[in-house]
Amino acid sequence: MSALVWLLTGLPLGAGAVLGVTGTRCNRLVPVLGTAVALVTFGVACAAAVARPAASAPLFAGMRAGLAVDGLSAVMVVTVAAVTTAVLAFAAGEFAQDENRGRFFGLMLLFAGSMLVTVTATTLPLLLMAWEAMGATSWALIGYWWRQPERAYAADVAFLTTRTADLGLYLAAGAAMAGGVGSLRLDLLPRAASPWLHLITAGVVVAALGKSAQLPFSFWLSRAMQGPSPVSALLHSATMVAAGAYLLLRLHPLLAATSWAGPLVAWAGALTALALGVVAVAQRDLKQLLAASTSAQIGFMVLAAGSGGVAAGTTQLVAHAATKSGLFVAAGAWLTALGTKQLPALRGAARRYRLVGAAFTVSALTLAGLPPLSLWAAKDEVLAAAGGESTALYAVGLAAAAVAAVYSIKGLWYVTRSLPDDPESGYDTERHGTRNIARTTPAPLLALTFAAAVLGVLALPGPASWLKRLVGSPGEPSPQPWELALSAGVAFASAALAWREATHPASVPRTVVRWTQGWLHLERAAQAVVVRPVMGLARALAVFDDRVVDGAVRQTARGGLAAARLAGRVDDGGIDAAVSAVAAGVRGLGRWARRPQTGLLHQYYAQAAVGFAVLVLIILLVR
Amino acid sequence: MLSVITFLPLLVCAVLLLWPRALGDRAYVWVWIVTAAVDLALVVTVWAGFDQTGGTQYQQRVRWIPSAGVSYHVGVDGLSLPLVALTCLLFLAVAVYSLKERRRVRSYVCLFLFLQTVGLGLFVALDLILFFVFFDLSIVGMFFVIAGWGHGERARAAALKFFLYTFIGSLALLLGFIGLYLAAAPHTFDIVDLTSSNPLAGRGLYAGLVLLAIGVGLAVKTPTVPFHTWLPPAHTDAPAAGSAILAGILLKMGTYGFVRIAMPLLPGSWRHYALVVVVVGAVSVVYGALVALAQTDFKRMIAYTSVNHMGYIVLAVGAAGSLAGSDAQARSLAVTGAVTQMVSHGLITGALFLLSGVLYDRGRTYAIDAYSGLAAHTPRFAGITAVAAFASLGIPGFSGFIAEFQIFTGSLASQAIATAIAVTGILITAALFLRALRTMFLGVPRLPRTIPAGGISDLSGTEAVPTVALMAVALVIGIAPRWLLDVIEPASRTLTGLVAR
Repeated sequence: MSALVWLLTGLPLGAGAVLGVTGTRCNRLVPVLGTAVALVTFGVACAAAVARPAASAPLFAGMRAGLAVDGLSAVMVVTVAAVTTAVLAFAAGEFAQDENRGRFFGLMLLFAGSMLVTVTATTLPLLLMAWEAMGATSWALIGYWWRQPERAYAADVAFLTTRTADLGLYLAAGAAMAGGVGSLRLDLLPRAASPWLHLITAGVVVAALGKSAQLPFSFWLSRAMQGPSPVSALLHSATMVAAGAYLLLRLHPLLAATSWAGPLVAWAGALTALALGVVAVAQRDLKQLLAASTSAQIGFMVLAAGSGGVAAGTTQLVAHAATKSGLFVAAGAWLTALGTKQLPALRGAARRYRLVGAAFTVSALTLAGLPPLSLWAAKDEVLAAAGGESTALYAVGLAAAAVAAVYSIKGLWYVTRSLPDDPESGYDTERHGTRNIARTTPAPLLALTFAAAVLGVLALPGPASWLKRLVGSPGEPSPQPWELALSAGVAFASAALAWREATHPASVPRTVVRWTQGWLHLERAAQAVVVRPVMGLARALAVFDDRVVDGAVRQTARGGLAAARLAGRVDDGGIDAAVSAVAAGVRGLGRWARRPQTGLLHQYYAQAAVGFAVLVLIILLVR
Repeated sequence: MLSVITFLPLLVCAVLLLWPRALGDRAYVWVWIVTAAVDLALVVTVWAGFDQTGGTQYQQRVRWIPSAGVSYHVGVDGLSLPLVALTCLLFLAVAVYSLKERRRVRSYVCLFLFLQTVGLGLFVALDLILFFVFFDLSIVGMFFVIAGWGHGERARAAALKFFLYTFIGSLALLLGFIGLYLAAAPHTFDIVDLTSSNPLAGRGLYAGLVLLAIGVGLAVKTPTVPFHTWLPPAHTDAPAAGSAILAGILLKMGTYGFVRIAMPLLPGSWRHYALVVVVVGAVSVVYGALVALAQTDFKRMIAYTSVNHMGYIVLAVGAAGSLAGSDAQARSLAVTGAVTQMVSHGLITGALFLLSGVLYDRGRTYAIDAYSGLAAHTPRFAGITAVAAFASLGIPGFSGFIAEFQIFTGSLASQAIATAIAVTGILITAALFLRALRTMFLGVPRLPRTIPAGGISDLSGTEAVPTVALMAVALVIGIAPRWLLDVIEPASRTLTGLVAR
């Protein structure tokens, strides 16, 4: 039984590692192999969702690496594996013959495999390992076209931003150890002793908000758009950004154990849903619009997690995963065909490629929250949970839902216009378009769109209570009929308004446009507040290290040499000079003593006489 | 057995020197490779026969200078065995890498064989004077490697600085050893005897001064801030093989000294001054990372990341001495993390220094800005360097994460603030490695003018085999670390017990 969960995680990770090192050697075969592995993984995930396997292995002293598929994990593994399969099937037609497909498909499988470990891990060390491995593979995927410097830079921004937040999980692990949860099991974390409990919660919340691109970390998601379209389709739906929301849903008991974490998380989600929704409205690039909308839609999941709506958040996660991956597949197909993702240039794209256009329309209407499509029902589940916490949260959430209708309809409006007279003039701004949709696109696109449309059944009374039991949160509130009607009305009204607004644009203050188009200048703020001071400090410390620390060493060495020279001088000019002086004195005395030795007898007589006289004189004086 | 492992390289070195006929350059290196492989095989058999719960094993004790309480006493336990294995593995990797060496190969091979004996001898030594002899001889051997095979005139200056600076450190160490010797009754330099008798218990200032002398001696070798400035020039101007050994083995002599000598022999003072150790460790982590971030020279940058990585070890051993607020599990986790980090740093930074040697070999410069888009010309080199860089910045799946996670998790309980500050080190190292990777390997291809018109060649077999092998071991430890941790953990528990007594 436990073999199933090892297979579920080991298959994509192992196959991904193998495919990754094949490089361009098996370019024809790799897409098929990659998709096949994803498909088998999907099968294993379905089996695991039924069989609910659990396994663990020793990792550190007193800590195990545990994997288990419980209710919440069952939903997640099926979602992750399904979206991965669809996206890889789509990606098979997205790359030119000479591109390194082995690297791409290998990394995608590693990326998805990491997410599968994340959503099945039962202990913090293993979760953190998968969490960070997912970040590293996202770096390699976003920077896949590494010859273009801006894409490589975007990968760095995405990785460093998410890793900044990941530090929270490292601290949470240490705090759990300090708080008496030596096993670091996720289900035991809420039992940690105070004040460590608060540190664990804070670390988890920061890490989750960072990974999920919530405020104030949202900007990395804009940069992540530099990756190939299939990467966006996977990263924005069932993996990476979904991981943060999943973690908060998984650790909801931890949030509940502190009084502040739930409201904080709920408000962070609600405000992100509103603010990034407005950012999405302002975008003129389809992929940027979808990216901002991802932040906003994940905001609803975070809002649900903060207000105790585990089943609601899960429904939103699954429905959004299908919707958003479908939208990115459609946007990616147009980008490949037409070479552009600018909204004005994409006018009429839906009419030119009708199948993609139809799928995009359904998914966009789902994203808008229009009934009876899935996100309408899911969002109402979330709002019901939020309303149980506070009316203000409900109101902000409803406003965010209205904004969601506006940006979705805005995107839809552009692509469903009639083709302009000279459509070609706007094409090929990003790359050289192929002018046709790859054969591999329709099947996954239709599957994802179908799922997006119908997953709303999860919010029907029967399935909803099944899901609540499944994720272990049976007491969650369900939306009242009036709430459903209200949100439907709000969605329709906003959609109608957005359609009219798109046809007859009103003037908006330029500052507002600049701020919202620039993702609230969050990246600029991070540059100013964190990056530049740290770089300045680093340069200053490097100079300090060279001049002061090493300078002191050099001065000491110089001091040693100077002391040696001084000692040398003292030795030469003092001690040795004194010795020489003594010698010279003795030599002088010797010279003096030689003077009388003339060899002339009369002089000796004279000397003897003088000596005798002196002796007599002394004797006379002394006596 | 341990003596055979230790002195086999020296014996081969002597034979090579006395051999009457001159051999070819590659023949000398092949002799070295075979020697290192045999030594590694012997260590593997020792590992296989090692009883994980059996304490110090394979002991051998021979009278040496009995009048001074000195004996030839060797043995291995869970703290030293991983480092002995690391030494054999890294020397084997460096031997394979050295197949392309063409300058005075016989002397070169002999010096490295000598250094291998010195490294192994230090890790198995259970006598302070024996330890000191190997500690000092390592400086002598590395001095000649840097001065003789480094990059020109600057290398000789760097070698001199390295020698004098670390020699002062070893003098301080000797002073501390004599302090221990004088305090013990009967006088002895034997580490096992001194550990059990704990001669400086309750000796206040005297014990503090002995710890200061030993601590400074080991801190210079490790190196920690502020005693680290010999390291960057020594690394930058040393040959790649020398840098790999310097970082992989010689730095570990300092950190190993903490867990082998400073902690078990001076438990009282260690606990008393644990906060100082922790502060030095945390400062080394952040300071080393920040200064590395500002470097423009690839090899110098890696040298400073060594200061950062050694800082984690110092932080962990300091936290293991802080009893307040932490339980035995946390302290033992920190020590296990520290020993794992020694092994991990040897593997990963050893590989990175060999790769920086490849970079210099191709472009004759380490300047990061001189290169751009190298991945287009040298995809294998770019790939393995990227993997090594990610391993070094502590990505899970490689040994660095296994080490650092245990260090942080074990240290936070007793030293929350210092650990929280030190955690930022993994973010700064991520930033600096990503920046270097992006500048050198990604973007539009552009090569320095020093590269000949024929272009640039990718990794050759002799360059790829050692680096890939080192990363493969780091990967195995990163994914399935139990075989290593099973050896270290009992020894860590013993050590934390000794410190807490």
